Amino acid sequence: MSKSIDQVFVNAKQWLLSCLAGSPTWVIQVVSSLINIFALLAVFLTLFALISVLERKILARMQNRYGPNRVGPFGLFQPIADGIKMLIKEDIVPARADKIVHFLAPVLIAAVAILTLGVIPYGRNMTLFTIDGGILFFFAVGSSTELAVFMAGWGSNNKFSMLGAMRAIAQMISYELPLIITVLPVVMVVGSLTPGRIVAAQAGYTFGVVPRWFVFTPWGVTAFILFFVSGLVESNRTPFDVPEGESEIVAGHMTEYSGFKYATFFMAEYIGMFAVSGLAVTLFLGGWHAPARTLEFIPSYLWFFAKLSVLLFVYVWVRGTLPRTRVDQMMNFAWKFMLPMAFTCIIAAAVWHYTGRGLRGWLWSLVVIAVVYTALSTLLDTRRKFAPRVYRFAE
Amino acid sequence: MNSAALIIIAIVTLAAALAAATLRKLMHAALSFAVALVGIAAFFFLLGAEFVGLALVFIYIGAVAVLIVFTILLTRRDVGEGRGFNWGGAIIAVAVFGGLTWSILKTQSLAIVAPRMPALTVKQIGVALMTTYVWPLQCVGLLLTAALIGALILVMEEKR
Repeated sequence: MSKSIDQVFVNAKQWLLSCLAGSPTWVIQVVSSLINIFALLAVFLTLFALISVLERKILARMQNRYGPNRVGPFGLFQPIADGIKMLIKEDIVPARADKIVHFLAPVLIAAVAILTLGVIPYGRNMTLFTIDGGILFFFAVGSSTELAVFMAGWGSNNKFSMLGAMRAIAQMISYELPLIITVLPVVMVVGSLTPGRIVAAQAGYTFGVVPRWFVFTPWGVTAFILFFVSGLVESNRTPFDVPEGESEIVAGHMTEYSGFKYATFFMAEYIGMFAVSGLAVTLFLGGWHAPARTLEFIPSYLWFFAKLSVLLFVYVWVRGTLPRTRVDQMMNFAWKFMLPMAFTCIIAAAVWHYTGRGLRGWLWSLVVIAVVYTALSTLLDTRRKFAPRVYRFAE
Repeated sequence: MNSAALIIIAIVTLAAALAAATLRKLMHAALSFAVALVGIAAFFFLLGAEFVGLALVFIYIGAVAVLIVFTILLTRRDVGEGRGFNWGGAIIAVAVFGGLTWSILKTQSLAIVAPRMPALTVKQIGVALMTTYVWPLQCVGLLLTAALIGALILVMEEKR
């Protein structure tokens, strides 16, 4: 029974395709891809609508107020009202803007964000786009976001947009390094770039209780934290939303966008957040595996989305708690702390592997990480570095 | 199916390349160049060489295209203005194209039918890089590290 519930979506797709039996292969291929695309868009656009209202509710709770509560029960229909408002708003394009580039930027940024969702395994046999180098695909496609942000900033022909785009690209390039390097230990340990294999390698339990997720090893938890912080930066979320910086540069590269184009940027930001969190779940939190043997009757996709929701809640929580960082602090943090720690994760994972992947390996990798962490903190002398800024004016 | 995809990709790639060479605005040309590179990556995907295609997108769209647009932005004041026809460039392009065509036609690769090759996995490429080609790989790594340190020294503030 639980098997058939687990595979209900896979079976539904098979049944739909069996209605086409006898048609040429290319028709079946195209219809199969279309079903995947529709499923992906339906699930994640619903999730986007949900999170947009839930985020406002959670933030409101943290700031001791009510949040949206007028449209529908508990304000749950707020995203529908917002969507209609965005659709019927006037679309303003600046007279001096580069019209084509200005139009293409939101299209590209949304397309790239949605493409990266395709390689994540959402449940048993539920990877939409199975490809040998799935992880590589994720980052290769994701790196096009920088070009899209640049197009938005340049196409608007506005100095605030350009400044925002410059900031966005600087931080995205800086944090892409730790983001990718923290993935390497997992790829090394598993020996595969396929997300499905990485999830499969995290099946089973040590001592029969602790799941074999990589987050339960010292290198895994370090890499997970580094990956999560880099993910925050890549999706331009508070405390790293320097490119938007409302108090300094209006809205960064989105200054000259209105109506539905602005909504598209907003959507791309959230979809990018889902994609990075989904990849974090896949790489470190055991993907769709249940956390205990007695809980395995619950379908795999529910576990995936439960873990995803927890990560998304942390995103909102961080946003409600921390103030925006300064550009120089952020860059120093990336190059002086995140990058060396990311390299340490690789070494710690190698130590873990060569000392037998058992308790001994666990302790040795912990030693490696602890030593480097202490050395880095002493070397950087954080207390001095984060003292009040000394302003230097143009000479 | 494959030949239809080939034709579509070829048309997009060639159109983008032509646009990159002829558009009046430099920034549009740079962006069309990026589209042409995506088309070439799509060719590799069609041929089953996923790793090469992904590496191409990764390096050329994620890094080189961004570098080009930045260079245009930071070095030229006349970003939006037109540019004249570059006769020297045209002659060099025709000469390179002719030389390549001539040398390809001289080889026998066109007459040989490609043998059936098993699809190459990322793992095989990794093993080859770490065993047969480990020295070239390390040399490239050293070169890139040197370049990174050089860039840092160039932008470092001078102590007074």
